[in-house]
Amino acid sequence: MPITYTSGEQVEVYRFSFPVTIGVPLLALFLQAFVPLRFPRFAVYFDLPLLVTIFFAMARRNPVSGLVTGSVIGLAQDMLGHNPIGLYGIAKTVVGYGASSLGVKLDVENAGARFLVTMGFYLVHAAVYFTVARYMVNMTQSFSWVYGLLAGLANSFVGVGLYFLLDKFKQRT
Amino acid sequence: MESVLGRYRNLIILVGVLFLQVLGLATQVKRTGNDEEHTRLIRIWVVGAVTPFERGLVWMQNGTGNLWHNYFYLRGVRAENRQLKLQIEQMRLEQVRLSEDAAQARRLQTLLAFKEQFISRTVAAQVIGSSGSDLSRIVYIDKGENAGIRKDMAVITSDGVVGKVLLVYPSVAQVLVINDQSSGVGALLEKTRLQGVLRGTANGEVALERVMSDEQVAVGEPVLTSGGDQIFPKGLPVGTVNNVSAGKDLFLNIKVKPAADLSKLEEVLVLTEKRERESSAEETGHVRAADILAQRLPSVPDKPTVDPKAAGGAGTKPAASDTPKPPATALSPKKPSIALDEATGSKPKTTNTNPLTTAPTTPKPKQFAPATPPPSQTPAQSPDAGTAPQ
Repeated sequence: MPITYTSGEQVEVYRFSFPVTIGVPLLALFLQAFVPLRFPRFAVYFDLPLLVTIFFAMARRNPVSGLVTGSVIGLAQDMLGHNPIGLYGIAKTVVGYGASSLGVKLDVENAGARFLVTMGFYLVHAAVYFTVARYMVNMTQSFSWVYGLLAGLANSFVGVGLYFLLDKFKQRT
Repeated sequence: MESVLGRYRNLIILVGVLFLQVLGLATQVKRTGNDEEHTRLIRIWVVGAVTPFERGLVWMQNGTGNLWHNYFYLRGVRAENRQLKLQIEQMRLEQVRLSEDAAQARRLQTLLAFKEQFISRTVAAQVIGSSGSDLSRIVYIDKGENAGIRKDMAVITSDGVVGKVLLVYPSVAQVLVINDQSSGVGALLEKTRLQGVLRGTANGEVALERVMSDEQVAVGEPVLTSGGDQIFPKGLPVGTVNNVSAGKDLFLNIKVKPAADLSKLEEVLVLTEKRERESSAEETGHVRAADILAQRLPSVPDKPTVDPKAAGGAGTKPAASDTPKPPATALSPKKPSIALDEATGSKPKTTNTNPLTTAPTTPKPKQFAPATPPPSQTPAQSPDAGTAPQ
């Protein structure tokens, strides 16, 4: 299966029902807030709202839709914490835009591509968050490439499984 | 112009959305002080949407756990009960020793007219959620404004300090944990009495700052709250010194291991009310180790209260000022110590009212003696039968 699309090939664009559009991000936020109570390292390595953002953005293949999805999920994630609202919002807006733009050009239906895309966007997300938090909000941040790569790998593995699960909710336009 | 807008429409929207968020962020950063109050209305939507699920899940989890532990899984409960009883006995003895020390401390504090903060009311709450991010170390509890929780109230567990209430909603509250970067707790080292500020670090550790590098700080030394922050009462356990190294700007870099397990919080106490009052030497009654030990003896029955007049006939000379108050603690023995002394016919121990010359009383073997042994009790059964009136 080709990884990139040529001009002659049809790009599949998907949409989702309203309950899925609202329920899946809400469930991701809920799990992200609840699971660390039982498994404290979960919040350190995993970012479920980011995976959901990437999935919706890649499936819809519409940059505006992708950035709005990322923005809304990111802002909601910000509201659960106590840091200024907008840190996750900005980072996920960029990821949503990037993932949907990439979805137009790449075949993001196979596991390998999904793994690499998730890994890449995890690092983009971390870099944007770090930059904004450090240089705009003046928060003390420590960034480690080793940790970033490990967390990126962990999210990519979980992401590939999650995307195949969420594929069941896709509806052809 | 239109073609340019159409061509770069997505990019323009992206820049617009990012610009709006940066603008919002800048507004929040520019504000100082109670920024949480300004964003409270926005945050409440998401908190309101997520916390009911968390609350429900915690409730279900607790219900299932309780059913299993309270009805099905009762193996070893008898042995555990016996062990706990023994532990309680030991703790009661320890408490007596500590209360003696506390009484002495109070007398000295009274002399100096020290003011103390007392925890007068707490609300127990269940931890139901977190921020979901390691960059914002907060937890949500299932009690809020409706339960009397207010901003800046201290949150603790039986092990030690957890954090303070940051935002309060009607039925939930947000607690800033002490290992968050923006947290700050006034703390002191128990032995050296050195004061500092306890802060969270970027990687979730807790550090004691502002302790000069020429001070001697030992690893393992307990850290307590100093009360200087006006949030936590003085003397609550915070943790122990884990690592000491030279820091920058003439200060030590002291890492503290929190006493409470901050990564696995389940139930917490919110200090909803604390009172400040001058300590009084008369607050603690005398509870002697002898009384506790006397209660432990299976052969010693509860002693009837002896009428001072009747006891006077046996040769005692009780004075009104000598009568100690019964202890107010729940662990107090059933009879105050004076009853034993009166009943034994010996002269009651006089309480020295001068705080400067008062020394802590130490239990003596003869105080083990019960007042009147029961008819069935032989002298050999009594630990100190010789002192009891026959």
